[in-house]
This record gives sequence, C-alpha cells and structure tokens, in this order.
Amino acid sequence: MNNTLSKVPLFHITRRKELPWYRAWLIRVIAVIMGLILCGIITMLLVKINPLDVYKTMLSGAFGTSRRIWVTAQNMAILLGISLALAPAFRMRFWNLGGDGQTLMGCLGATAPMILLGGKIPNIILILIMLICAVLAGAIWALIPAAFKAKWNTNETLFTLMMNYVATQIIAYFIVVWENPKGASQIGIINANTMAGWLPRIGNNQYLLNILIIIVLTVVIYIYMRYTKHGYEISVVGESEATARYVGIKVRRVIIRTMLLSGAICGLVGFLLVSGTSHTMTTTIVDGRGFTGVMVAWLAKFNPFFMILTSLLLVFLSRGASEISTIYGLNDSFGSILAGILLFFIIGCEFFLNYQIALKKTRKEVKIDA
Amino acid sequence: MKGMKKVFALVLVAIFAVGMLAACGKKEEPAPAGSGSSAAPAASTMKVGLICLHDENSTYDLNFIKGFTEACEAEGVEYLIRTNIGETQDCYDTAVDLADKGCTLICADSFGHEDYMIQAAKEFPDVQFCHATGTKAHTENLPNYANAFASIYEGRFLAGVAAGMKLNEMIAAGKITADQAKMGYVGAFTYAEVISGYTSFYLGAKSVCPTVTMDVTFTGSWYDPAAEQEGAETLIKRGCALISQHADSLGAPTACENAGVPNVSYNGSTQAAGPNTFIVSSRINWAPYYQYAIQCVKAGKAVDKDWTGTLETDSVQLTEVNEAVAAEGTAAAIEEVKAKLASGELKVFDTTTFTKDGAPVTSYMADVDSDPAYEADTEVIIDGAFAESKFRSAPYFDIQIDGITLLDTAF
Repeated sequence: MNNTLSKVPLFHITRRKELPWYRAWLIRVIAVIMGLILCGIITMLLVKINPLDVYKTMLSGAFGTSRRIWVTAQNMAILLGISLALAPAFRMRFWNLGGDGQTLMGCLGATAPMILLGGKIPNIILILIMLICAVLAGAIWALIPAAFKAKWNTNETLFTLMMNYVATQIIAYFIVVWENPKGASQIGIINANTMAGWLPRIGNNQYLLNILIIIVLTVVIYIYMRYTKHGYEISVVGESEATARYVGIKVRRVIIRTMLLSGAICGLVGFLLVSGTSHTMTTTIVDGRGFTGVMVAWLAKFNPFFMILTSLLLVFLSRGASEISTIYGLNDSFGSILAGILLFFIIGCEFFLNYQIALKKTRKEVKIDA
Repeated sequence: MKGMKKVFALVLVAIFAVGMLAACGKKEEPAPAGSGSSAAPAASTMKVGLICLHDENSTYDLNFIKGFTEACEAEGVEYLIRTNIGETQDCYDTAVDLADKGCTLICADSFGHEDYMIQAAKEFPDVQFCHATGTKAHTENLPNYANAFASIYEGRFLAGVAAGMKLNEMIAAGKITADQAKMGYVGAFTYAEVISGYTSFYLGAKSVCPTVTMDVTFTGSWYDPAAEQEGAETLIKRGCALISQHADSLGAPTACENAGVPNVSYNGSTQAAGPNTFIVSSRINWAPYYQYAIQCVKAGKAVDKDWTGTLETDSVQLTEVNEAVAAEGTAAAIEEVKAKLASGELKVFDTTTFTKDGAPVTSYMADVDSDPAYEADTEVIIDGAFAESKFRSAPYFDIQIDGITLLDTAF
C-alpha cells in the first residue's frame, strides 16, 4: 500500500476546460504585472534606475510625439502584414519560417522594375508592375517549399528557413549589380529625384497609405479564414490531415494554395517596404520580422484582430527598448532583456490558460469525484 | 463567492486599462512641453545627435561614438546617440525625430545613411546635418548638409612605412629574400575608400622597401570575422610575409597571431589580440571634426561642405608602435615621414612612385560626382600627384597600380 502511495507524482498537469473570457484576461493581466515587477527589480539591481522612469521612457519612445506615433503605426503595419501572411500557413500547421525570405523576394520584385523601368513608363503602370512582380516573387518563394512538401513530404520548417538565406544572398547579388557608387555595395534611394515607383502620399503623411492597405488586408484575411470554404479547409487540415482526407479535402491542393497566399502577402509587404517606405533595398530591410511575425500570429491565436494588439505590443517593446538605450546610454540589449522578460510572462501564462496543475492532495479529490 | 471573483476581475481589468490610458495620456502632454522646453534652453545648452549603424560592439561605430562624446563633452553640449539604425527609412525617421527633440546638429556615421540624411536636411533647413564618409554634399548643395572624412591615406602611408621597415628587417635577417617581400591585404569591397587605403599602405611600404609586392583579397562585408580570418590565412599560405586589413573585426589580427605573421592594423590597436604580431595601427579621430561642427553651429556659421581632417588637425592618428614586433627605429621613422607629409615635401600619391600597366600616370579622370553610370568627371592629377580628398572629402582614388595583385574582385 505504502508503495503505491509513494508512486503518486508530486503534481500532475491536466488540460483545462475553456476558461470564461474574463478569467483568461485576468490571468493575462496578472502575468503582465508580474513581468513588469520582475523587470523593475532587475532594472533597479542592474542599472539602478527607477523602473517607473524606464516604463515612462518606453512609452515616450513609442508614442511621445505625433511623428513617433506614425512611425510606430507604420512599423506595426509592416509587422502585422507579415503576420497576416503567416497566419493561414500556421493555422494549417505548416511551419512557414520563411517569412523573411518571401518578403525579401517581394522587395526584389518591386525594386527591379523600379530601377529598370523608372521614368520610362507612366508612374501608375510602373507601380502596378512593381506590385505584380513583388506578389509573384513572394508567392514563388513560398511555392517551392510547399510543392516539395506536397510532393515528397519534405520538412517544411527546415526548407522555408533555408530559403531565407538563399533569398538574402540573391538580394546581396542584385545590390552589387545595381550598386551606386561603384564598390559601395548599397543602392541608395531609388529615383530620388523623379520619385518614379514611389507610392503616393495621402495628404502630408507618407505612411498612411501603407497603414490603410494593411487594415483592409486584416479584414480580408479575417473573412477569408473565418467565413470562406478555403478558410474552413485550412483549419480542418491543421486539426488533422487524416480527417481532411476522409471528408474529401484535397490536402496537397490546400497546402499549395495556402502557401501561395502566404508568400503573395509577404510579397505585398515587400512591395510596401520598397515602394511605400524605404525606396531602397538592403539585405536587412525585413529585419527579422518574418520571425517576429510568427510570434505575433501565435500569441493572437491566428485571429487577425487580436494580431493588431500583439503586433502593437512587439513594436512597442522594440521601440521602447531603443529609446531606453538612447536616454540612459545603455546598450540596446538592455531593452531587449526587458522585452524578453515580458514576453516570457505573456507566453508563459498561455500555458496556465490551457492547463492546470494538480498537486498530490487535489488528486485525491479528483479520484473521489471520479 | 463566484460573483465576488467576477467583480474583482472586472475591477482589476478596469484599473489596468485606466492606468494604461492615464500613462498614455500623461505621455502625450509632457512630450510637446518637453520638446518646447528643450528648444527654449537651446541658447544655453545646445543639443546634438548621432546616428550609428551598429552599437559600440563594432570597432567602426565605437570609433565614432568615442570621438562624438569627446567633442560634446569638450564643448559642453547635450547629446543623444541612436544605435543600430539601418540604412533604410529608419535613418530618416530617426534623424527627423532627433530634430523634433531639439537637436540643432545631427550626424550619421554610415555611408548608406546619406540619402536619408539629405531627405531629412531638406525638411529641416534650420538644423545642420553632417554625414561622415558620404559623397553627395558638393552635388546636392544644400546649405545645411555637409560631408566629412579624413586624409586617412596619410595614416595608411605611415603604417606602410612601418610595414616596409619590418620587411627590410626580415630580409636583413635572411628570413625572406628581397624578391619574397610580399604583403597581404584583406579588404571589404572594391570601393574607392578601400582601394585608396591599400594603395597608400603599399606605397608607404614601397618607399622604404622598393621590391615589395602585395596581394589583396576582398570579403564582401565590412564586418565578417570568419571571412576576414580566412582571407588572412589564404594570404599567409600564398607566402605573404606581412598582413594588413581594411575591415572591422579581429579576424585578420587573430589569423596573424596564430601563424606568427606580423600585422599592421586599422581602426585602433589590436595588440590585445596579437601581442606577438601587432606592429602599429592607423585610425581616424573624429573628435576634431565634431568639435569644429559644434562650434560652427554655435556661432551660426555654415559647416564646410567637404571637411577633410588631416595629420595637422589630429584627425589622422597612429597608435603606439609595438616595439616588441616592429623593426628598430620605426617610431622615429614614422615621425620623420609624418613631418614631411605635413609640410607637403612628400606626397602619398606622387605619380613618380607608381605606374599603371608599366607606364606612369599623367592624367586621370576620377568619378567625383556620384552618378549611376560611374561617369569619370574630374581631372585629379595635379602637380605630379593624385589629388586625393581635394574635390570631395571621401576618397576617390581607384587606380589599379602595378605591384598589387587583386586575387578576387567579386565584390
């Protein structure tokens, strides 16, 4: 008897029933507060700065002036755009880690006509050509691993990841082809004087059009995932491929179709980066947002409207971190440490939303219940 | 009990939401007030900003941050440093944000920042923008946009003298023959700044060791420790008796230390990485330029469109010579040549000291005004020497002279 008792584990983990929304949010809020408190303690111990000042500085870095709000919104739009591209693929449990590469290829698709045709054809046609090339380039870059997955069941995680490096090298090659001046290995602002291929400004604001396009895209993806047959097929394939096959869904077709969509949206974001934002192409222009986007999408459970919030959170953390480093003369890494702690708590609390931990004592009760 | 919990939860959420809003609201108000108040004392304490491509972990950016803070402290002005700013719209956003924050002088350190600095300069005509290593100030012709560089080729030449003396020592000791006096050079790109750098280094060595030749390899990156180390190892295998580099990592010095091959460094001393092989290093000291620019803005004067720091302004510096490795009398010889360069008695790119395809260069059109077609536009051979950094501060020497072999030109 004693023997069996000692075999009872100290605690064990069970899956929770769905929590009511307010309790779920209460847990999330508590997690954020705990994260903030730990950040505060670490700040005081390591750099001896009042943590409240640090949080104030972070807020000011992201929202301190109207220009900063615009820049934050623009960064959010780009990150959200890439996350929207990744969401359908991840919903299908297709690990598309190639957001960076697909967006970079989109940048290349937009840059090539901008340089080669700039000033030779009417601007509106040029912009259309750039858009089409960017979307196609992104889609093709996603199609390659998707086709291999559908045909030979290759590992898409590794495949899409490696495609990022191939894309970076291709971009580096074309930067040397179009470099200015010779040997400098950079392109500089393209068509600075003619503004050919630049997205028009709305009013006085350069970023407004980018933001509007992404807002429309958010709504479209929401409807696509929620209310269309395609969206339904994606979730069925994600839940269980066998079930999907059983009910007559052509799994291969869904994989290829969804990845084409994923890559095409990445391409669109690449177009926005080149034509609407930077008017140049560099190997680091996407800045790892193909990976940050994965986090944005997962944190929001692939709901495009929640993704607005999660992308705001991540952009806020990164812009806040950069402001801390300037104001307090600290390295950027300090802000990243704080952001990392907060994310750890936020992601960690999702565990407690899905599972509960039962200690030895409560296990007994469970037994009695059963 | 359950009802209580519900109420408690809602109250907590509400408190948090209000707290967030209040914090945001609060932030909105003092921000304009803050920029206003920073504009007000601008008369007493001026504010300046620096935009860096990386942070202090890169020797290149560290060199700028050091010079900038030194100048700001000497002039008693407030400063803001923004690190890790890419060569994209990010640079423009940062520059105008610094202007919003009341900076009256804004500087950037990376070549690719230039176009975005020009864009910001057009939007803020009352703010002075200074861009190091850029090439467009003289063609853009904006009253508030300026480029700067230093005659680092003079520093390279002096470092080359130290290298040549070391080779002579090795020849005298019978370690190599005069014909085997070959140096290796690890460059980043086939960019004028790099070509100007390795050519002046080579000419410095040749001025004391006439039989010297040099192999150059390119890594295709300004900072790639593995590629730089590999490049240096390749050069050593090809029989190079001494290595120098124009790239920002410790790759080449480390390769030299491992192989026991003497190294002439750049951007600052690398003696810690190569105590038994480091000879000397040249570097640009940016403090004099930033001090000059701050003084100009304080006095309401325009900053020189193309400012070139020299040995005289202390913008071009050599580190202490590592006596344990350098040939005897190196420090004295460097001082002697330095005086000759300063007086103009000696010119780095004297056309009698080098040939191209076996013939002396008597006329050369350089691409001084940047354009996509790389059109050569300016005659730069003046009074028997290549007039480097005369028509613009950034180097434009890009002649492939005899004695130097390029192993690869992919980049």
